[in-house]
Amino acid sequence: MKAIVHKLTRSNEFYVFLVIVALSVVIQARSGQFFTANNLVDIANAMVVPGLFGIGAFMVLVSGGIDVSFPALSSLAVYATTRVLVDAGYEGALWLPFLLAILLGGILGAFNGLLTSRIAIPALIITLGTASVFSGIMQGALNSVQIPNIPTAMKEFGTGALFIATNPDSGLTSTMPVSFLLLVGVLAVVFFLMKFTTFGRAIYAIGGDESAAERAGFKVKRVKFWLYVLVGVIAAIAALVRTSMMGQMHPTNLLGIELLVIAAVVLGGTAITGGTGSLTGVVLGTLLIVIVQNSMILVGIPTFWQRFSLGVLIIVGTGISAIQLSRSRKRSIVTV
Amino acid sequence: MTDLLAVRNVSKSFAGVHALDDVSLTIGRGEIHCLAGENGSGKSTLIKVISGVHAPDGGTIEIDGTSHKRLTPMAAINAGVQVIYQDFSVFPNLSVLENLALTSELAAHRKLINWRRMRRIAEEAVAKIDFDIDLDEKVGRLSIAEKQLVAISRALMSDAKLIIMDEPTTALTTREVDALFRIILDLKERGISTLFVSHKLEEVFEISEKFTIIRNGRSVATKRPDELDRASFSFYMTGREFEPAHFNAPADSGPAVLEARNLGADGAFADVNFSLRRGEILGITGRLGSGRTELALSLFGALKVNHGEILIKEKPVVLRGIRSAIKHGIGYVPEDRLTEGLFLERSIGANAIISEIDNMLTPLGLLDREKTRTEAQRWVDELKIATPDPENAVNTLSGGNQQRVVLAKWLATEPEVLILNGPTVGVDIGSKSDIHTILQDLAREGMAVIIISDDLSEVIENCSRVLVMNDGRIVAELDPEETSEAELAALMAHDESEEAGVQR
Repeated sequence: MKAIVHKLTRSNEFYVFLVIVALSVVIQARSGQFFTANNLVDIANAMVVPGLFGIGAFMVLVSGGIDVSFPALSSLAVYATTRVLVDAGYEGALWLPFLLAILLGGILGAFNGLLTSRIAIPALIITLGTASVFSGIMQGALNSVQIPNIPTAMKEFGTGALFIATNPDSGLTSTMPVSFLLLVGVLAVVFFLMKFTTFGRAIYAIGGDESAAERAGFKVKRVKFWLYVLVGVIAAIAALVRTSMMGQMHPTNLLGIELLVIAAVVLGGTAITGGTGSLTGVVLGTLLIVIVQNSMILVGIPTFWQRFSLGVLIIVGTGISAIQLSRSRKRSIVTV
Repeated sequence: MTDLLAVRNVSKSFAGVHALDDVSLTIGRGEIHCLAGENGSGKSTLIKVISGVHAPDGGTIEIDGTSHKRLTPMAAINAGVQVIYQDFSVFPNLSVLENLALTSELAAHRKLINWRRMRRIAEEAVAKIDFDIDLDEKVGRLSIAEKQLVAISRALMSDAKLIIMDEPTTALTTREVDALFRIILDLKERGISTLFVSHKLEEVFEISEKFTIIRNGRSVATKRPDELDRASFSFYMTGREFEPAHFNAPADSGPAVLEARNLGADGAFADVNFSLRRGEILGITGRLGSGRTELALSLFGALKVNHGEILIKEKPVVLRGIRSAIKHGIGYVPEDRLTEGLFLERSIGANAIISEIDNMLTPLGLLDREKTRTEAQRWVDELKIATPDPENAVNTLSGGNQQRVVLAKWLATEPEVLILNGPTVGVDIGSKSDIHTILQDLAREGMAVIIISDDLSEVIENCSRVLVMNDGRIVAELDPEETSEAELAALMAHDESEEAGVQR
């Protein structure tokens, strides 16, 4: 028991959890609307897309890299998918849009993977570059415009509800989207991958010490390559979900979400320096950011304060880990 | 019985430079062997040849009776050769368990992780050397000695016959070194050989059964320890003779230039008293964590003191930071010259004159090129920095020469007190002796010098007085002429206070 408490108080996730609890209690006290069925469902709904993106960002961060190209990558993959299907007048089932998006996401991710594993340039610079290339292809070569009518299968998937929650006081309703299951599914798969496969442990090992990983016999380049492919696939799924839920393809809608997603993952305790982090943290970090975004309206705080408090959260959240890092360094100077 | 390892007439050159030239080395079963040589002597190249990283241009390597002409890293491991690098090659973010078991999972080409099997593997690995450790602790939280034991346990897992350790005791305390030696002796019992790589005689002298010394890529001597002493060892390493001598400070009756009264900083050191006169070299020694480094930083204004006072020329001063220390005539040569003291990418000249750059300006406030050039050249000549051109980058220099550039940088501020923290750490014997000569000359010219070092021979040979620190306090003040390395070591190690240190 003592060991568990000790472990808890040392983990970042625990503190994020405390902040979430405190925040929700405050919002509940001020508005009386936080712990209502429809608000909780709204929050779950809003978590799906950033959560999916967050899983990918988490994996890259753990490997010691960073990927800022996923919004552009996934927008391009899903724009191309939607364009092709709409132009062909596709009226079939949902599997084809998913297959196309996943294929394209994987191919574009492979592009990132090739560059980051073969060239000794920081992943940030490479993915900044590929982000420009991807959105350039979409807006220039594909001449992207808004597509108001997406294939029926996607539209139905986007509006499909697991259940509908109603607020007994106001009568407002919120739908729990089918895609929430997708988030849960991807979480489960990636959890298994990171914890129970050599590939997953290799990602942690590379983030811990790349040259030690090389010496231990990990195929570092190959692992990095497939990591970026996988992250491309997950991002494409996220963008497909977003497009389906919006009921239309808005090519630039996702651009800029990367900061929010990376902030959520880092808030959840994933080290920006690589090697540490957990999916629990990803979920909690995303939850915290979504709560801040969604629920401050409940308390009647103007929207610009949302941005302000998000910024403060990011600075405080990353600041704490930076202070911890410099403290442990200082300690090692004195004792070592 | 044949030898475990026989390296015969191995040569290796890189781009025409002979890194190894006809080198031979044999290690018997269960033998504890030390490969010694200065930086750049070719010892790391030899290790890479033995571990299969570099293919030799000529000669043979025989492991366990099998001759290898072209050894690959995998073949070396399969033949039982394991290298423990100085950084141990561990994963700080992973648990001890994973650090131990991951490699064997990889070697077995497994795709899935079975945590229970991994735990069993890890338990067996630590049991081999009776290493008592929490398998779930992150390796990054372990002490250096524990990390080393993790690396040793891991090396032993793959049926190792020869363990190569690169400067294994540099960062360990005496007690940890003893523990390490017990393990090495235990391995010897089981017929596992150890090859230490070192450039210090003291490091592994007591345990090594044979020394192979190489210089400039050639083997110069293979000796038993009883055939070696410090003088002959230095001679083999450098090809130069050094005579140990004590430094005799000319008596100076003038006032103290620097004085500490009851100086203390919370959690680092307390009740420190001493005074320093012109022309004196004061040695401060103590183990890692004894407070010696913190004391040095306080005297240089880089660490805040909470108690007592510092007097400069009999006047109390408050050092509000590094700039104010410099203004009061204190210079500091840091321990880790690579990270603390130099702009490695910039030129030697720019580094040497950086602290006097304010005096190098034209009336318009621009840098006077001509002036900087002559000044840089002056320092290169004065401190005998081995470079064809002061415009070369500092990182083209060897460790000893880099240390001279740091010296130049501080001498340029014309300090009255010069504090040096570990002035010859990582410097080879030849440059070490040169640096000592420079320091003694400075003191003879009237500078007051403080040398902080745990290199006992360095302290005894160069200082007029030695203070021994232990657990944040000065426990003894000694005259180097009347003490010995053994006495100093005993004072530094003093057991009771060490236990107190562990609890803290």
